Amino acid sequence: MNGIAPRARLLSAFILILAVVSLRGLMAQGAALGLALILALLSGQAVKPLLHRLAHVEGFMALLLLMLPFTVPGPPLASLGPLNVSAEGLLRALGIALKVNAAVLLGFALLGAVEPVRLGHAARRLGVPVRLVQLFLFTTRYIELFRDEIRRRREAMRARAFVRRSSLHSFRSYGNLAGMVLVRALEKAQRVEEAMRCRAFDGRLPAIGLDDRGRGEIACPALALFAGAALVLLDRMP
Amino acid sequence: MTALFTLDAITVSRGGKRVLDGASLTLHEGERLALVGPNGTGKTTLLRSLIGLETVDRGTLTAFGVQPRGEKDFRSVRARAGYLFQDADDQLFCPTVIDDVAFGPLNLGLSPRAAAEKARETLAQLHLSHLCDRITHRLSGGEKRLIALAGVLAMEPEVLLLDEPTNALDDGHYRRLLEILTDLPVAMIIVSHDRLFLHRLATRVVALRAGKLLPAAFHSHPHTHDHLHIHVEGDIAHRH
Repeated sequence: MNGIAPRARLLSAFILILAVVSLRGLMAQGAALGLALILALLSGQAVKPLLHRLAHVEGFMALLLLMLPFTVPGPPLASLGPLNVSAEGLLRALGIALKVNAAVLLGFALLGAVEPVRLGHAARRLGVPVRLVQLFLFTTRYIELFRDEIRRRREAMRARAFVRRSSLHSFRSYGNLAGMVLVRALEKAQRVEEAMRCRAFDGRLPAIGLDDRGRGEIACPALALFAGAALVLLDRMP
Repeated sequence: MTALFTLDAITVSRGGKRVLDGASLTLHEGERLALVGPNGTGKTTLLRSLIGLETVDRGTLTAFGVQPRGEKDFRSVRARAGYLFQDADDQLFCPTVIDDVAFGPLNLGLSPRAAAEKARETLAQLHLSHLCDRITHRLSGGEKRLIALAGVLAMEPEVLLLDEPTNALDDGHYRRLLEILTDLPVAMIIVSHDRLFLHRLATRVVALRAGKLLPAAFHSHPHTHDHLHIHVEGDIAHRH
């Protein structure tokens, strides 16, 4: 899958994820997850970061999955005191879990190896509003800066013999750290904006012609369209 | 004379590049060691490895008579060796000056009251009491540097590690810093490009070259040049 043009990847991911989120039946949802898993493994990227990302998603999902079986009305399967677990809710929770994981895996498989800058430019060429692209590009640029900022501050804390404990002092220190990182981020943003304005920034970033060519400009989205249609058909067939 | 820090042929890498390569050094009690060398030769890396912010790949590091291994051992080293960061902004993170100066003493186990007392005392010693309740990120650059130093000194370190302490200081804050450091009885390693500052303060000079530390010396010879300075009043007649 190397050498496929970023915009072809972006378009394909968009088509496939759109198809996945429209699926209703468990069978098609399971098939989508299977397809996504195969694509992720075929993409030839390291598995460890993938698992790391999935762990974040699962943590986020856990709350929803715990709530749904209890809150969706339907004939009760089992009851926990005054709470009823509905089959309807259980199915919906399972469906959401399958679809979200499939979408994340698809994103990872198709976009994981593309540099954010290239992804931004590819999105611009596909007609995504320039403001959104700018927001995306600035975000990716500054995540690293943030991480660096937090790392340096934590080092400075450690240099003054700070040890993480579950004490009021620890909590307060972390609160201060978070607050100061936010304040500094705002100041930094203002300084950067000033510096950009000094270099005649007028709100528009010139699109630098990054090389966006690659293989599969047509074939890849076509294949995605085909797979997406197949999934939807499988879902809607009686 | 007791050795506070001893480096024996240490190797330290940063970002896959070997920055220190067989560097050896001993810092004795009461010594003020100037560490010089061009940008990017690893002066900051050397300071950071003394307190375990960088990992020593090879060679031995002895701090206060023990060889620290791992984060836990380095905690007690950091409690005794105060590190002044190159950028004071990295160091100050509490909302107010008093909070920030009290942060170290709190980490050393003082009660909040005792820590605040210690912070006030330190600020008073440095003639900085007037900044006590100020917001840290609104201080001027020079004030930030001095408050960062106060935060370190409040922990009563036995060694001070100073990374470019005079960077971007105006004359007033520069003199204040020089006075404070001259009066301190603790051992220091001073990384700086400011020869005059080092000459006023240091008792010994070492230079970092190609990952190794070499003994160096101050050299002074008569040399005349114009004394460039700025008068607020403009180019008026005056005497020196």
